[in-house]
Amino acid sequence: MLEFRFHGRGGQGSVTSAELLAVTAVADGKFAQAFPSFGPERRGAPLEAYARVSDEKIRTRSKVYKPEVVLVLDYSLLAITDVTKGLKKDGLLIISTNQDVEQVREETGWQGRLAIVDGIKIAMKHIKRPINNTVMLGALIKASKCVTMKNMEEAVQNRFGRIAKINQNAMEEAFDVVTISEGK
Amino acid sequence: MGKRKGIESSIALADAAAMCRVDGISAYPITPQTHIVEHLSEWVNDGKLDAEFVPVDSEHSAMSAACGLSSVGARTFTATSSQGLALMHEILFIASSMRFPMVMAVANRALSAPISIWNDHSDIMAERDIGWIQLFAENGQECFDLTPLCFRVSEDKRVVLPSLLNFDGFIVSHMIEPIEYWDQEQFDAFLPPFEPQIRLDVKNPTTMGVVGVPEIYYETKMVHHDALRKAKAVVKEGFAELEKTVGRKYEVVEKYKADDAEVALTILGSLAETAMTAVDNLRKKGHKVGLVRPRLWRPFPDEEFIEAVSNIPVLGVADRAYTFGAAHHPVASEVKSVLFNEEKRPKVLEFVLGIGGRDVKVEEFEEMFMKMIKVKDGAKPFGIEYVGVR
Repeated sequence: MLEFRFHGRGGQGSVTSAELLAVTAVADGKFAQAFPSFGPERRGAPLEAYARVSDEKIRTRSKVYKPEVVLVLDYSLLAITDVTKGLKKDGLLIISTNQDVEQVREETGWQGRLAIVDGIKIAMKHIKRPINNTVMLGALIKASKCVTMKNMEEAVQNRFGRIAKINQNAMEEAFDVVTISEGK
Repeated sequence: MGKRKGIESSIALADAAAMCRVDGISAYPITPQTHIVEHLSEWVNDGKLDAEFVPVDSEHSAMSAACGLSSVGARTFTATSSQGLALMHEILFIASSMRFPMVMAVANRALSAPISIWNDHSDIMAERDIGWIQLFAENGQECFDLTPLCFRVSEDKRVVLPSLLNFDGFIVSHMIEPIEYWDQEQFDAFLPPFEPQIRLDVKNPTTMGVVGVPEIYYETKMVHHDALRKAKAVVKEGFAELEKTVGRKYEVVEKYKADDAEVALTILGSLAETAMTAVDNLRKKGHKVGLVRPRLWRPFPDEEFIEAVSNIPVLGVADRAYTFGAAHHPVASEVKSVLFNEEKRPKVLEFVLGIGGRDVKVEEFEEMFMKMIKVKDGAKPFGIEYVGVR
């Protein structure tokens, strides 16, 4: 079983990314869960969302404490949140940033596997808004291979309707350009 | 067989209610139940469901309107949570005493004060004695499957009582998980059209809800109690038919690795699933542990429960609500009273956990089992343990 934690701010679509991941994993024939950190959601406030993906039926319903994958939608959260808390040593950290690998490693202290992509830049190019949740799913799929791109594109289509195409384009670009740095 | 999809449990439950071809829905939104009635209002608004959707000014009105809908013979659905269920209180007794076979989904949530939108079972335990059939769903699939089951049992001529389907707020209601939908044909075969025996009809006037003088009130209650106790057999029939329909087996008392267990835990609702992970982990280490959960809470399936636990030396009971001032909390109180006169019965240990949304980890269930194993091995039994309280 893989456990995921998403860090974002209210309104950025972190909960939606977790949901899309679970919906896609189920479409792939796997078992999955997605859930927000339950409570009132406020625009701009830091929030977490969680997901689990497994080949077997998932029974655990507690929060995610030791994720295999952490995805950070907003770089400014690094200053106020320990995004690597509980992240397994052989896990994967994915961050939306315009910094380079060395800078991110220095900022986070994370020595494991790291994937970075300038999600906001790609979002502005395709979606014309600084909403990078679908963008970062492209990076997630490339770096973790946890779900198929085909079913994710269908999930995005079902979720976003007429604005699905620009989201799919943004997701595909992130898939192509994400920088993956293997851990030490 | 319908399609398997990743979907929020609340939405799936609403879809199941719509596919039961409900005629009337009256509801007032309350977290974490809101998505259910929101989604049903979409069904009606989009013209996909031919039903009367009655938006009301409170849950008291929602339950009153549901009684009205049911009185004219409408297949009636509503949903609520926490304060909403509490506000319905006086009408809940009326719905069951007047034998309105409606179905209500309750996303279990803590009661105020302090204000908590999070999950525990204090809302439903306060309504334990309302005279409704009460079941617990542990996951999204069960929310979907048990919605038509509730209608089928409620509307059965041997029962004619309302049903209440409990599922944990947020932990289940807001969870995206894989759910296998039934086809509409499966719904229609499993749940025939509702044929009320009596209904309000201007052409054939009748009176409902009259005064019960001392010469008749007592007997009315006796008949109600008797009908609710006998509903267990109809629930079992419904489970058997459900298994024939979709292949999933349900029991009034669910067991998980309990047949050879030396230590077992009783817990209602979705945390049983987290506890199953703990059972699996401890079984790998050679500990004979398991779970016994009454899925049917009212009528309480005492015979099945006694049979399930009589050979287990130590039984833990985890309560998710307080009975303030009582010696035992609600589920433990029920279990202890059911077992008291049995010659062969387990030693019962009591826990309280998961209050007001407090997360319960797999490790905490493992620690509970290990404490119970120590008692099985001769350690002194402990009083009520409040797991994780600071």
